[in-house]
Formats: sequence, C-alpha cells, structure tokens
Amino acid sequence: MTETAAEAPGDVTIVDTPIHLDFSYTPGVASSRFLRSLEKGEIVGQRCPKCQKVYMPPRGACSMCGVATDEELTLSGKGTVCTFCVTRIPSPGLEAPYVSAWIRLDGADITSMFLIQECDPDEVRLGMRVEAVWVDDADREPNLGSIKYFRPTGEPDADYDTYKDYV
Amino acid sequence: MSASDVLVANHPIEYVYTRSTGPVIGAFMTALRDRRIVGVRASDGRVLVPPAEYDPVTSEDLSEIVEVGDAGEVVTWAWNDTPRKGQPLDRPFAWALVKLDGADTGLLAAVDAGDASAMSTGMRVKARWADNRVGSIRDLVCFDVVSA
Repeated sequence: MTETAAEAPGDVTIVDTPIHLDFSYTPGVASSRFLRSLEKGEIVGQRCPKCQKVYMPPRGACSMCGVATDEELTLSGKGTVCTFCVTRIPSPGLEAPYVSAWIRLDGADITSMFLIQECDPDEVRLGMRVEAVWVDDADREPNLGSIKYFRPTGEPDADYDTYKDYV
Repeated sequence: MSASDVLVANHPIEYVYTRSTGPVIGAFMTALRDRRIVGVRASDGRVLVPPAEYDPVTSEDLSEIVEVGDAGEVVTWAWNDTPRKGQPLDRPFAWALVKLDGADTGLLAAVDAGDASAMSTGMRVKARWADNRVGSIRDLVCFDVVSA
C-alpha cells in the first residue's frame, strides 16, 4: 500500500518528547557546613585570610584572592537592606505584593537575597535594619527554606556609608 | 568535616519539548497509533524505515509513504544486560536493528528475548504493540522472538 505524505484530520502532527535528567547535587564542604548551620538556626560565613572579606554563603575559597577560606564565623542574622524590589504580580507560593531584597548581613561582605515581610511594602527602604525569622526548630532543614523571611528590627536606619558599596 | 557530612541531594530536571512532526514523521506516528509501520520510498527505490524526510543521496524531499510488515529479521544486535530507567524494557533485552518485511533499512528497537543466547543475526521478530497507543514511538513496545 502506498500513500502520499499529507496530513489528514486526526493525524498525528505534534508529539511531546519529555526530557528527564537526574542530577545528584553536592554543594561541597563549605556550603554543606553553611546549610547544616541553617538547620541549627545559625548563619555561618567564612573569612578570606588575605582580603579579610567575609563570604555568606561561604564557598570555600575567595573568588578575588583565589585562596582557601578556612576561618569560619557565625553571623548574627541581622542585616541592612541594600537593594529591594516590590513585586506586584503573584508568583507560585507568593502572594502579591511581596518584597525581595538584597540584604547585607552584619559582618558579611556580600549581600544575599531574601524576602521581607511583617511590614508594608511601601515602608521598605535602603538602609532599613532587618532580622531573620526562622522556621520552628523541629521543622528546620539544611537549606535556605529554614529562614522564612526577614522583618524590620525597628532599629534606626543604617548610615548610608555603611552600605553604599552594596547598593 | 568528614565526607559523610557533605550534603548530597537529588536534583531532577524535567522539561517537555513539544515538536511538530511534519508530514513524513507524522505519517509514521499516525500509523503506529493504528498498529501499522510505514516507511518512505527513496530516489533509488529503497524503502527507508523509519521514514526520512529527505533523500539520503539526492537530498530531495521524500513523500511516498510505503507500508511495511510489523515483522522482520534482526540485522544486527547488542545485548543490554542492565537496562536503565526510561529504556523500553526493565529487564535485560537486545537492542537490534530490525529489517521489517518490505523495508530496506533497519529500525532500531528492543527485542524481548529473555537471554542473549536466544539472539542471532537473521532471526525473525514481530512487533509487540502497546494497549493504549497515542501516536508515539512508544506505541511499538518492542519486538518478540518468532523463531530463532
């Protein structure tokens, strides 16, 4: 039997081809220590022995100096808003409006992104002092989900000079 | 920090390509849904299964769809002792090029032979079809051994 290739109603014209990749991810020694510290309700960073900058999260090496960062220190969980964004469109798991902010934790020399809650989005501003709100002890896991969000501490705003390099 | 303190997590990534088949591959997929296998006739008269959209010699468009049998002979094969997730069968099987009756090329498929000792070049095999066919290469589950 022969026929000519031509589509007729009901013919297959579209196929779905799913791609599935199983990765086994390991964050390495430094980040594992950081993630396990989160499970205990602590935030661990690492200091570069050369430039003295503190990495949070730690990566085991200073990307600027190219040396290992062996010295470990625990950060307080308080920090300063350096940049923020109010999103007015909901995302999966997030009701709008919500605020995401780059926060420089006290003692750290890099900013990290967290949500800010327990305040009106319009009140969020550069220099605002915030603190981590943790998931209950029993529910904490070795991942960043153990920090629910940051909220205002009520302290006076930080001096611009203290965070101007991170805006 | 001991090696066992280093975290490891499964990190699966899955995404779906939705592809337009075009008329030639579409005819192949449509036929599979109907428990039929079709190829395409090339400029030199050979029947290519699975069908190619372009002639392997002249590069011209091909469009003459030719139905072939759902049984044929094993041209070459390799035994797969440890099937991996997502492969056609979850027990050891042969990957084989099967030249179907009326075809001039081999179709790569699984042969459910049970044991490598049951496999031989030139053996007859017949298609096993899925109960629920949707117009996918998976409609052709594998080939069964007809006679060694």
